[in-house]
Amino acid sequence: MTAMLEVCGLTVNYGRIQAVRGIDFTLETGQISALVGANGAGKSTTLLALSGLLPKAGGQVRFEGEDITRLAPHQIVARGIVQVPEGRAILTTLTVLENLELGAYRHGLKAADDELDAVLHLFPPLKERLHGLAGNLSGGEQQMLAIGRALMAKPRLLLLDEPSMGLAPLVVQEIFRALRAINRGGLTLLLVEQNVCQALKLAQHGYVLENGLMALSGPGRELLGHPRMLEAYLGG
Amino acid sequence: MLEQQFVNALSLGCIYALFALGFTLVFGVLGIINLGHGAVFMVGAYAALMTVIHLNLPLWVAIIAAMIAAGLAGAAIDALVLKPLRKRGAPHLIPMIATIGTAIILNNGAQAVFGAGTLRFPFGTVPEEALQIAGVKVTALDLGIIVLSFAMMAALLLVMRRTQFGRALRAIAESPKAARLLGINVERLFFVTSLAAAALGGLAGVLISLNSNAIFPLMGQDILLKGIAVIILGGMGDIRGAMLGGLFLGFAEVLSVAYIGSDMRDAVAFGLLFLILLLRPQGLFGKVVQRKA
Repeated sequence: MTAMLEVCGLTVNYGRIQAVRGIDFTLETGQISALVGANGAGKSTTLLALSGLLPKAGGQVRFEGEDITRLAPHQIVARGIVQVPEGRAILTTLTVLENLELGAYRHGLKAADDELDAVLHLFPPLKERLHGLAGNLSGGEQQMLAIGRALMAKPRLLLLDEPSMGLAPLVVQEIFRALRAINRGGLTLLLVEQNVCQALKLAQHGYVLENGLMALSGPGRELLGHPRMLEAYLGG
Repeated sequence: MLEQQFVNALSLGCIYALFALGFTLVFGVLGIINLGHGAVFMVGAYAALMTVIHLNLPLWVAIIAAMIAAGLAGAAIDALVLKPLRKRGAPHLIPMIATIGTAIILNNGAQAVFGAGTLRFPFGTVPEEALQIAGVKVTALDLGIIVLSFAMMAALLLVMRRTQFGRALRAIAESPKAARLLGINVERLFFVTSLAAAALGGLAGVLISLNSNAIFPLMGQDILLKGIAVIILGGMGDIRGAMLGGLFLGFAEVLSVAYIGSDMRDAVAFGLLFLILLLRPQGLFGKVVQRKA
């Protein structure tokens, strides 16, 4: 295993409030990693900072050896780090197909035919709704579209912020099944979740954030059995 | 004669529509009302006049020069005024006020260079020939204005609907954050939009100055108010709405002058506009969509 992303001393502030306080972590190539923690622990803030949407007050981020700490969001996407944000950020006034096509913005549409076929194979419900407005999709379909759109960008590292949020259990299973399939294809994933149990079952490696600090880390299944995790998140 | 008024109204309405196209593009993408748009319209008119008078070049070159000069003015406003405000996260009213400042600077600059008086294109700049269609006189200028306006709108609609660039602009219009996460260089597209919108404004500036044969430093101020009315009527940020709103205002003005009296021109036009907005507050093509972060 080689390190794809190395985060060292990452600090992110909201005004005077330090939301993320000097955290370190590493993502291995081809693995699924999970970043879990309670509401307000700093998980989404970390992802937004990795994508360049929030300024980093300190620390360094290296992607495949390159320092990307100060890059703009579009430069980070160009390196292959693509995020599916919390709330999905679907463009509701565009059609499903237009959303997917925009995913391929960096590469151009001509180079994205294979990706489109792969996305529609992964998420068949999108195939039937291609020419409808994305705003008319159900929550689950919107999440599929958000993930599909990110895949259109040919990512090397996919960041997912709360992909299970607000979805029915059956739909969550479907989404997690798709994430497993994506990872089997060789894509590295970083999953931010409040659904701690499901996330750590899926992930090979887990990190636990508490109040902006890295509280625990280890293999996903081991963390599930950790006494502190059982007490704090898994109902004893 | 109603048919003749129809041609006059179509020609005037097309100029309003062209002006409003740029205006609505900036609102749709950047999310601000650019009150400097009237001033870049004036820059376009002066640039065309200088090209014709001092360089002795034909009108079509002058039109291109006008679009370039106005486009550069729009790009400079974005780079020097709007971008620094965006970086500081200024609330929406601030860039609007700042663009009033840029308009004043450009208007005063024009006055210092060209004087406050009215300048005109030399006789013969526009071919005097006119077509007679079923008894209606259509001048070369009318025809040029109508063809150019519809061509610009069609091109703009095509770009917005059929190209990745257009989809990216629509993505920014709905959610700049989502656009950034898709790898779109939002800042660059803000700049390009400002440039293109100002070029359209410059084109409208030449056409209206040819139509009325009058160029003066404050010529953009009257049309600014009309441009705001047109994009509100059409639906803020909507290209088809800007075109239809412009045509509506052109027809309302020309027909009220013909059948009610020139004193009542603006009162009738804006009265009708008010009535339409009472029935459809979001404008003709407007959707009730909240811009996200």
